Amino acid sequence: MPQQSHTESTLFEKVWQRHLVREESAETPAILYIDLHLLHEVTTPQAFVELKKQGLRVRRPDRCLATIDHSTPTSAPDENGKRRYVTEQARKQVETVQRNCEEHGIVLHGWDSPHRGIVHVMGPELGATQPGMTIVCGDSHTSTHGAFGALAFGIGTTEVGHVLASQCLLQSKPKTLGICIEGELAKGVTAKDVILHVIGKIGVDGGTGSVIEYFGSTIRAMDMDSRMTVCNMSIECGARAGMVAPDDTTFEYLQGRPMVPQGVDWDAAVADWRTLKTDSGASYDQLVNFKATQIRPCVTYGTHPGMVIAIDEAIPSNDDSISSALEYMGFEPGKSLADEAVDVVFIGSCTNSRISDLRAAAGILKNRKVAKNLRVLVVPGSEEVRREAEAEGLDRIFIEAGAEWREPGCSMCIGMNGDIAAPGELVVSTSNRNFKGRQGPQSRTILASPLTAAACAITGKVSSPLPFLEADND
Amino acid sequence: MTEQYSERNLEFRSYTYNIPLENIDTDQIIPAQFLTTTERQGLGKFCFFAWRFNQDGTVKENNPLHDHQPDHQQVLVVGSNFGCGSSREHAPWALLDYGIKAIISTRFADIFRNNSLKNGLIPVTVEEHVISFLQEHPNSEVNIDVSNRQLTVMDYGDFEFPLDSFSVFCLTRGIDQLDFILQNEQEINAYEQRYNK
Repeated sequence: MPQQSHTESTLFEKVWQRHLVREESAETPAILYIDLHLLHEVTTPQAFVELKKQGLRVRRPDRCLATIDHSTPTSAPDENGKRRYVTEQARKQVETVQRNCEEHGIVLHGWDSPHRGIVHVMGPELGATQPGMTIVCGDSHTSTHGAFGALAFGIGTTEVGHVLASQCLLQSKPKTLGICIEGELAKGVTAKDVILHVIGKIGVDGGTGSVIEYFGSTIRAMDMDSRMTVCNMSIECGARAGMVAPDDTTFEYLQGRPMVPQGVDWDAAVADWRTLKTDSGASYDQLVNFKATQIRPCVTYGTHPGMVIAIDEAIPSNDDSISSALEYMGFEPGKSLADEAVDVVFIGSCTNSRISDLRAAAGILKNRKVAKNLRVLVVPGSEEVRREAEAEGLDRIFIEAGAEWREPGCSMCIGMNGDIAAPGELVVSTSNRNFKGRQGPQSRTILASPLTAAACAITGKVSSPLPFLEADND
Repeated sequence: MTEQYSERNLEFRSYTYNIPLENIDTDQIIPAQFLTTTERQGLGKFCFFAWRFNQDGTVKENNPLHDHQPDHQQVLVVGSNFGCGSSREHAPWALLDYGIKAIISTRFADIFRNNSLKNGLIPVTVEEHVISFLQEHPNSEVNIDVSNRQLTVMDYGDFEFPLDSFSVFCLTRGIDQLDFILQNEQEINAYEQRYNK
């Protein structure tokens, strides 16, 4: 048995410590070993070019896992089975990742795979994402995987090349930020509202330089889909990563998934994973407390995810820092967003495209119709989510309500594949970013939960889901 | 090429251009519609695209960067939290190709900062009063000395900015960080063995 360390550590420190190939010094950053490298078509082509230029091979193709999600059309193929790419360049990008993965022996869940999906939906579904791992991807929402107690963060393309060639990254040790949320969430308040509320309070750069650990009874009570939603948006307050200590909820989710250990190996893994929690004597560099009872359904009103209000609240007035955002959005300070006319509703993205998100939206849309002149896109996060939703008949609910049931992908969250809103259109979106033009040039975005998005789909206006939930209770 | 590049970035003198906005995100720096490229060159024409151009490529009438001369003003002065959002390295690629060599702000988003340093784009973090002076004095002459981590603002003063030793070392010598990692191959092998990876 190795000697027990007497220092009390946080969850982050434990995972960090386990992956040090070389300690940080005054002159050089730490060399951190990476357990899982997720890849997609957008941020990898230039890394493979660099690798080739330097005559290097992929060190551990078995620790890489790839998919296609950003530039892929979510419409059905044409009558000849051809995918309807937005541009030839998009097609070329997808073909490039296919070729690179083939050449280097990397498993790619491409068009033919039953597991293809948004990279941050697919990884957990396959059980590739596991507690205590270090996970990276050329994608800022890699923080999603922290929901399993992994240290997971986004990297740039140069670093994608580093990991391909060495399975390692140079890292300086981040600070830790504890976010404690206690209490029971009210009806209609979801994980999305929790994280929007948190970002609204700590600010769009409140987590810069830090790894967040979310804890407290509210987080404990969440299922894995909800924890993923919370961790997913850690980057939206600037944090490097977000983490939740693994527990029985985590292990139940993972057990039996294709890539997790089986049999006695599973038992050993779980025994180890149970040690991945912050010791009672350990402390964070910073700690912020929240009460679940103070969180209501939230929406954004501006052009970054820190501009958040409760849906029944007024937009702040007398705040010069938001005036250009309000000008872009066409909203007035001091006014509520209620009854603001919506043009598009998007239900999807690595934040909110999992089965529980679709169930929540379908619960409200069932036996109802979407408002006239409103476009509603429902985009499952993966083929697995699609299958599950279709088996439950959720697709029928969406289609009968008047929504589009599309194929899995990032879709209108980033709009790279042609799924975009028109200039000036207002989108209520379950995605993660409301930056200017994010969902199409000059489009306007309000971020919200799947429940809120579904309510807006019915009324055609910015609306709270609470009246619908109450009506369905009667 | 690498040598030349690092030499150029070791110390340089240029003029500032102000974009007095906070939280300039990577979607503003380069919109997602241009990310289907498999190249890293030639992205300057897409830099701040939605600010500069209409969708059909014609120059916007109210282009806020209309008076920017990237050849002459290679240093941007921006509000806090510059580069927030996505991990796209296309953002520093686009800025560099557009002509920018350094950016002065009170705070940078982590991934953007990291990506910039990997490409020789210098994030210069300063206190608020430096930004205020630069905003009040557009087109200020500045000198950026990476080796000494020093920003000199003409008629205002010298300011040290934070930059880790390793980045300075790599930038000033044109060292590829991957080479450094690969020099530790034995340690990586040993780690994999020790942890049965």
